[in-house]
Amino acid sequence: MKILVCISHVPDTTSRISFTDNNTKFDTTGVQFIIGPYDDYALARAIELKEGSGATVHVLNVGLNDTEPTLRKALAIGADEAIRVNAEPTDSFFVASQIAAVAKAGGYDLILMGRESIDYNSGVVHGLVGELLSLPSVSPVMKLDLDGRRAKLAREIEGGKEYLEVDLPFVAGCQEPIAEWKIPNMRGIMSARTKPLKVVDPVSADGGVKLTRFELPPPKGAVKMIAADNVGELVNLLKTEAKVL
Amino acid sequence: MAILVFVESAEGKIKKTSVEAVCYAHALGGPVVVIAFGHVDQSELEALGKYGAEKVLHAADEKLNKGIIQAYASVLGKAMKDENADVLVVANSSLGTPVAARVAIKVGAGLASNIVSLPDTTSGFVVKRSIYSGKAFAYVELKGQKKVLALKKNAADIKEVGKAVGVTPYSVEVSHTDLAVTITSSEQATGEVLLPEANIVVSGGRGMKGPEHWPMLEELAKALHAATGCSKPVSDMGWRPHHEHVGQTGIKVAPQLYIAVGISGAIQHLAGVNSSKYIVVINKDADAPFFKAADYGIVGDAFDVLPKLTEAIKRAK
Repeated sequence: MKILVCISHVPDTTSRISFTDNNTKFDTTGVQFIIGPYDDYALARAIELKEGSGATVHVLNVGLNDTEPTLRKALAIGADEAIRVNAEPTDSFFVASQIAAVAKAGGYDLILMGRESIDYNSGVVHGLVGELLSLPSVSPVMKLDLDGRRAKLAREIEGGKEYLEVDLPFVAGCQEPIAEWKIPNMRGIMSARTKPLKVVDPVSADGGVKLTRFELPPPKGAVKMIAADNVGELVNLLKTEAKVL
Repeated sequence: MAILVFVESAEGKIKKTSVEAVCYAHALGGPVVVIAFGHVDQSELEALGKYGAEKVLHAADEKLNKGIIQAYASVLGKAMKDENADVLVVANSSLGTPVAARVAIKVGAGLASNIVSLPDTTSGFVVKRSIYSGKAFAYVELKGQKKVLALKKNAADIKEVGKAVGVTPYSVEVSHTDLAVTITSSEQATGEVLLPEANIVVSGGRGMKGPEHWPMLEELAKALHAATGCSKPVSDMGWRPHHEHVGQTGIKVAPQLYIAVGISGAIQHLAGVNSSKYIVVINKDADAPFFKAADYGIVGDAFDVLPKLTEAIKRAK
């Protein structure tokens, strides 16, 4: 059983977002980078499967060498081997094409990733990879159990859940509560230093999409405070000022 | 060249976000062809003509009653060819977004999701996308003729521009490989306003002190015809189901009005609500960070303020 977990290298959820170079580059000054929170759930479930019934877990990131600490963290959490596709992750199609190329060469039984990355929020990479490899794709997956080659999944839908079954291999975009996030322990951190981290060259891929510039939303105005014994005033403001009632 | 719109339904009714997608397609210009799957009320399908659909296709095959990502993508890819459509428009959803991805590969289209407004076509075709969980936007140029666009809620205004049209049955052949995923069962709240669709959302946090106090919040939601949401700790503790969790790792909402009761406003929660037009925060802690992100605030005890607010809303109607 071979599992590929695709992880994004993204700013910590508490980061203040700003841009440089005339709003064309993300400003990394003072920003802490982490494994994408949804990808972290996918990784945690992969490690649970490994501990439960045995599996080899590879982690993959498409990024330049500044993402290696993030990959090392995934190794410390329990992945056996890391692969970095040496390229800037410019758009979803490009990233999906890299994942598909690595997955094809590696012969994986299961390809896991988060439902979306928290930087570009596209939520499409699992579908793109599935289609590129002609494999089923399911997202957002909140439960994943294996019974031999048959997987039983729960997928979140608007206002509820759907239960599904599918045979391996397939692609899943994961979210909570598929597993609890794992924090690396000392032994994991030590062993991560010597685990293999392979760097591979990207395949060429052009999805015809180009990011031209970034923009920040306008600053929020000051809050209007209303006394707790005067809720009528709030209703009045919502009606006449905000016009939302 | 035609524009194809994939519309979704819940309990036989077309989702509001899908109606927005039809309006978006109409605003793009070019004949709009709509396609729906499974059980949908015929009158709902006919009414899509009012929003600009020239043709409504209905793939009523019972194999498509449930949303299987692969099968829907295959049918949409074929419908784009049959209808000579270069553009597919869908509403972002747990089904729409992954389906859009697969179609983009099938037809070789440029893909953008989480789109917040109509494109700028002054030079090329540039869409504005919400990124960094609502903390920023990106302008993205789609260079090719073929495009697949997945829209965030409120990307287009709902406007009536025409009159009802007839429905054309669309027959499909669903291959065995497209049905590799079997949906065995589902659980879905019925008769409720769906959280991602709602114009008004009322959310509760730890300040509600326990699931037994939720009826108080639901009363307010009922008076406002709102959906109910909750913070992550509330869903983690099992007070409320996960599909009500609003935030960075839960549902991202974009209502006209978001009312937060007893939620302190951690940055991860704000990431799920920052696309709301107006935010009201009710919290007994005057220093709760949520007040900084709010338009209106009340410092007070939820159990005292909630019933009074519900009464005041009912009176105002």
